[in-house]
Amino acid sequence: MDRMLVSPSPHIHTGRTTSGIMADVCIALLPAIVVSVLFYGWAELLVLGVSVVSCVLIEWAITKYLFKKEGRFCESAAVVTGLLLAMNLPVTTPWWVVFIGALFAIGVVKMSFGGLGQNVFNPAIAARVFLLISFPTYMTDWTVTPGFIHSTDAVSGATLLGRYAEGGVSAVAGTDYLGTLFLNIGGSAGEISAIALLIGFVYLLCRKVVKPWITLSIFATVALVSGIFFLADPSTYTDPLFNLLTGGLVLGACFMATDYVTSPMSFWGQIIYGAGIGFLVMMIRYFGAYPEGVSFAILIMNITVPLLNKAFHQRKFGRK
Amino acid sequence: MGGIHPCDSKFARECPIEVLPLPNTAYVSMAQHLGAPAKPVVNVGDYVKVGQVIAEPGGFISAFVHSPVSGTVKSIGPRADLAGNSVTHIEITVQDDEWADGIDLSKDLVTDIPYTREEILDKIKACGVVGLGGATFPTHVKLNPAPGKVAECLIINCAECEPFLTSDYRIMLERTKEIIVGVAIMQKALNGCRCVIGIEENKPEAIDAMAAAVAQLGFPDIEVKTLKKKYPQGGEKQLIDAVMHRQVRSGCLPIDEGAVVQNVATALAVYEAVQKNKPLITNTLTVTGDSIPANRQHNYLFRIGTPLSFIIEYSGGVPQTTAKIISGGPMMGKAVANIDAATVKGSSSVLYLSRKATLRDEPGQCIRCGRCADACPMGLEPFLLLRLCKAADMPQLEENAVQDCIECGCCMYSCPSALPLLDYIRQGKGQVMGIIKSRNIKK
Repeated sequence: MDRMLVSPSPHIHTGRTTSGIMADVCIALLPAIVVSVLFYGWAELLVLGVSVVSCVLIEWAITKYLFKKEGRFCESAAVVTGLLLAMNLPVTTPWWVVFIGALFAIGVVKMSFGGLGQNVFNPAIAARVFLLISFPTYMTDWTVTPGFIHSTDAVSGATLLGRYAEGGVSAVAGTDYLGTLFLNIGGSAGEISAIALLIGFVYLLCRKVVKPWITLSIFATVALVSGIFFLADPSTYTDPLFNLLTGGLVLGACFMATDYVTSPMSFWGQIIYGAGIGFLVMMIRYFGAYPEGVSFAILIMNITVPLLNKAFHQRKFGRK
Repeated sequence: MGGIHPCDSKFARECPIEVLPLPNTAYVSMAQHLGAPAKPVVNVGDYVKVGQVIAEPGGFISAFVHSPVSGTVKSIGPRADLAGNSVTHIEITVQDDEWADGIDLSKDLVTDIPYTREEILDKIKACGVVGLGGATFPTHVKLNPAPGKVAECLIINCAECEPFLTSDYRIMLERTKEIIVGVAIMQKALNGCRCVIGIEENKPEAIDAMAAAVAQLGFPDIEVKTLKKKYPQGGEKQLIDAVMHRQVRSGCLPIDEGAVVQNVATALAVYEAVQKNKPLITNTLTVTGDSIPANRQHNYLFRIGTPLSFIIEYSGGVPQTTAKIISGGPMMGKAVANIDAATVKGSSSVLYLSRKATLRDEPGQCIRCGRCADACPMGLEPFLLLRLCKAADMPQLEENAVQDCIECGCCMYSCPSALPLLDYIRQGKGQVMGIIKSRNIKK
């Protein structure tokens, strides 16, 4: 008889792997990526390409030369970070700024904590915030590059949230909400189409990659907080629907806040985490110095994750 | 709560039970039940008949062992079990097939139960019946609740939630009425409490057959209940939760919630013991796997003590593509390290798994996806327990209920990073249980 394997049970495995899960996230991002490339053209492809390639190369290099580990690393996780970073940047970001962002995301935020699964902050979000304070001009240049579908010349447009921060409610009066849901030209690639992001998110839910609690909690809190302010003073504060559909909220709530590593694991932890993000987003949008606050909100709530994991556990069988 | 849905792979479900021929030599283990090993009562050179007592209980929680064959006792001594551990075995050279007196070998169904509760328990004990669902706990002990405890519900475990295994399914189809009588006997032993037979929804033929037999035989208070298909639906605590909607508290026994759970194969063994005076010397096992073709899948009625190698050879040898042989199911079974090991009362399968199905991936990093916690039927957090086990933090392990782990393997099955969660948790659990035990002794 040939030599047989002997090991403790269980002897079978689901077959679902980390790379497979990350590949699912990439697939879920595809609709939004396709829309952004169609509308922002070659320039968007360049940002995406530079970001993904640098993230993968930087992680490979650090794994091999700094960690001195032979063998594989989870490439698809680096691809996800690369895609998310690119979707958080203006299409006009110079390639070297994108590269610096990738270096910060992977090199500092992810690998210096030990790599996959060890980081405290969401790499793509932290890199976006890092770039925002390091290169404010590049990061708030919302020039629209010619795309493959609408081939008008480059136009410069402030985002809806930018206009609100500048000119108050009257500056965004008459916003077409249905239009915003489908197509919202101006802003970063990940802000173009809420519906494309939501389609991807539904895919993630169907594939059981993520649970809906964090996302729902963020949406509900944003709606609730802005609803209270809007009802109190509609001439100063924007309404809930406006806040749900604009800026990076859908991208942040569906793809960034749900990152496994930097979000809580228990149901109540996830609800509180989402509520914290939603609340902070609205505070920054209404009262902060920046027009948009999704990145800051997620980054701040990332810090609370270890505490939330410590405080909330799932109910154990046969125990109170 | 928790649980997983592996592909059920019941390839042998349509294979009728065949009677396995007698081996040339049977090796009867003295440790084939939970509790103290049995003590041999025969000597080398003795002639023994089928069904004759060859070993008696070695303690309160222990069981009689009977000769599964007739022939001469060749040796009594240590021999490797399937994990390679040394256990006392009685080696019997098979000569003929002469049965001990008083055993009813006819196939006639005996439905009359004229015995008292005590007589039933004595017969079950004398026939060496143990739980055949995996734990092999002596049945007469389980059917005799400690003073002050009352059985409210007898649950018959027909879930057979492990993938691949089909022996319970086959006996439910082929020996339906005998099982129902066995159930009624156990009910009587428990002073006539109500009884629920729980069968997973993926076995509709068995559900129909059992329900029809219950109706036909007319025993009162027996209900057939369809259970969701989910692993580990047949875990004792999970089954009680599914049937009675009660959760057995941590550190407590099923009887504390008024439940007694018995496996369906045990019900058949009880029938044979009480109605036919036949000791537990045969059981049914499945020869199956993903690495053997459909025409080589079998369900066998085997004599306990038959070496695994005999079964393997008789059924055509180890298939080429096999990487691991398992005794039991793929989730909780034991990998066979020694194919010359003998079958025991609780043997339920010879399972051949291919490399593709069973080879573990290189462990990666925990990505904190929480799948292990979602899968845990006990509501534990395996990712946390893994970390605490590595840190050998015993107080925190106890705080996080590592001792509640039922070792079902759902966490490790689900982990996308292929982390050896249960390997570590088993060790941590063992140590914490030891600490709890020594603390209780000191009190």
